[in-house]
Amino acid sequence: MLRFIVRRLLTTILVILGVTFISFLIIHLVPGDPARIMLGLNATEEKVAEVQRAMGLDRPFIVQYGNWLADLLRGNLGESFITGQSVTQAVVERLPRTLTLAGAALVIALLIALPAGIIAALRPRSPAAYFATIFSQVGVSIPDFWMGIMLILLFSLTLRWLPPSGYAPFSESPLEWLRHLILPAVTVGIVSGSVLTRFVRSAMLEALHQDYVRTARAKGISERHVVLRHVLRNAMIPIVTVTGLQLAGLLGGVVIVEVIFAWPGLGRLALDAVQRRDYPMMQGAVLFVALAFALVNLLVDILYAYLDPRIKY
Amino acid sequence: MSSLSMTDRHAPAPPLSERRRILRRVANNRLALLGAVIIVLLIGLAVLGPFIAPYPPNEINMGARVQPPSVAHPFGTDDFGRDVFSRVLAGARVSIYVGLVAVGISLLAGTSLGLISGYYGGWADEVIMRAMDVLFSFPAILLAIAIVAALGPGVTNAMIAIGVVYTPIFARITRGSVLAVRKEVYVDAARSIGSADRRILLRHILPNIAAPIIVETTLSLAFAILSEAALSFIGLGAQPPDPSWGRMLSEGRSFIQQAPWIGIFPGLAIMITVMGFNFLGDGLRDALDPKLKQVLENG
Repeated sequence: MLRFIVRRLLTTILVILGVTFISFLIIHLVPGDPARIMLGLNATEEKVAEVQRAMGLDRPFIVQYGNWLADLLRGNLGESFITGQSVTQAVVERLPRTLTLAGAALVIALLIALPAGIIAALRPRSPAAYFATIFSQVGVSIPDFWMGIMLILLFSLTLRWLPPSGYAPFSESPLEWLRHLILPAVTVGIVSGSVLTRFVRSAMLEALHQDYVRTARAKGISERHVVLRHVLRNAMIPIVTVTGLQLAGLLGGVVIVEVIFAWPGLGRLALDAVQRRDYPMMQGAVLFVALAFALVNLLVDILYAYLDPRIKY
Repeated sequence: MSSLSMTDRHAPAPPLSERRRILRRVANNRLALLGAVIIVLLIGLAVLGPFIAPYPPNEINMGARVQPPSVAHPFGTDDFGRDVFSRVLAGARVSIYVGLVAVGISLLAGTSLGLISGYYGGWADEVIMRAMDVLFSFPAILLAIAIVAALGPGVTNAMIAIGVVYTPIFARITRGSVLAVRKEVYVDAARSIGSADRRILLRHILPNIAAPIIVETTLSLAFAILSEAALSFIGLGAQPPDPSWGRMLSEGRSFIQQAPWIGIFPGLAIMITVMGFNFLGDGLRDALDPKLKQVLENG
């Protein structure tokens, strides 16, 4: 187990190095010179050259990457081209909000998927199972940004139950914070829940057909006991894994939903930066989401190895 | 020499009866059939769009602004008086075109990389797969956004970005499948009679691992169309006045209360299209290979 964790950690470090490289490379694919973009079209050649030197843009690519990486390790991601704000500060401020939204969406996804998937497996011919199957098929095909707009139309503009967009800090008003969180979280949660429903159903079906379930039934144990103690417990292993992977996926899924609901997280930061051509800010936001993504994947793998004693590494 | 060509001709593809069996299983799968019908209808609408659309998609008619659905305008009109139905039809062409090209890029790049990685192993495998791991470590839409941001907004760059983002999936699936068949007798036989690696890969291995790749291609089309819509929605894909579903949705957003039809119909079009490809992909997966799940998970 320890060997597996060490090996998995080493792979993650390699992947993270690769992620930093791609994040760095992307900015260098931008046509034109970052210094000129930053200074605008009217800047003189001397001024551009001066900024290039100051930013280290006149050095070889690999040296630039090395310097950037060294800065990154010191927690310095540079400054915004537009506002001059520290990228690290902006990213650190917004990361918790993105994680909150992704976490809330996951809770909603589980609240939908666990009962729906379990019922669909246990009572395959019931209307509830039928509904769960349709939901799991249709849900994955709904564009989350469209669903968000439809939910705003229904719950904000028509029924006026919830605010259409924005954010309220928890410290100022927990109730307002929650009211602003519900719609974006439900938007992402429904799509994710439909994917999870499918997995919960198939994990339950697989566990239901195992020999130990037949043995338990043969021993005369009540069906309720069989389902809770034998089926559900064993089905939980793949469900936990997929749930973890979903959380990683949700980090990406919230990007566009953050824009629709004006939720000031990393996704919105990244997109605002893209639209303003604020490359350091974009780089920082993309890098941090990818890092969070890699870490969640690492945790899921370790958790999986811990949960399933049959897996040997 | 004749024995060589005989072996080459007979070794690779699965026998016809196998194909018939698969086709029958797809046809018996109601969901797959529904998916296929949706896709055929969609392609028909995309091809015939210019002939059945009542108005040119970009024709502005300020006298008919923001009109609700009616006989003259089945899906209503937008804030420029453009016919939403005609624009949704034109959007189908954009979506299918982007989907096909983007998935074509990932299919070509990913399958080639996966073939090399799985067949040769060693450092080539290590380098390729670690690079794929890195690409895989970005949330898909975020990587696509970053690439389009670097290359500049537009349909072509959106296709490239989506193509790059989905390349690792094809590489992983292909590699996993190559590993599974690499030691098969027909591969050894081809090698022993001196077939070149390129020929072994393309004529012997590729036809035998086509099933999971076909399934992934179908499912990826769904994702590619969704991604294009998302990119266009945030202004990085199709540029105005081109009618892309994502773009129309984003334009309709400001009018969602007064004129919900501007946003509802393009959204429904995206959903139905994606559903079609998902249904067909799932059905094909069930029909082609029950063991496929294993390959996908271990690949």
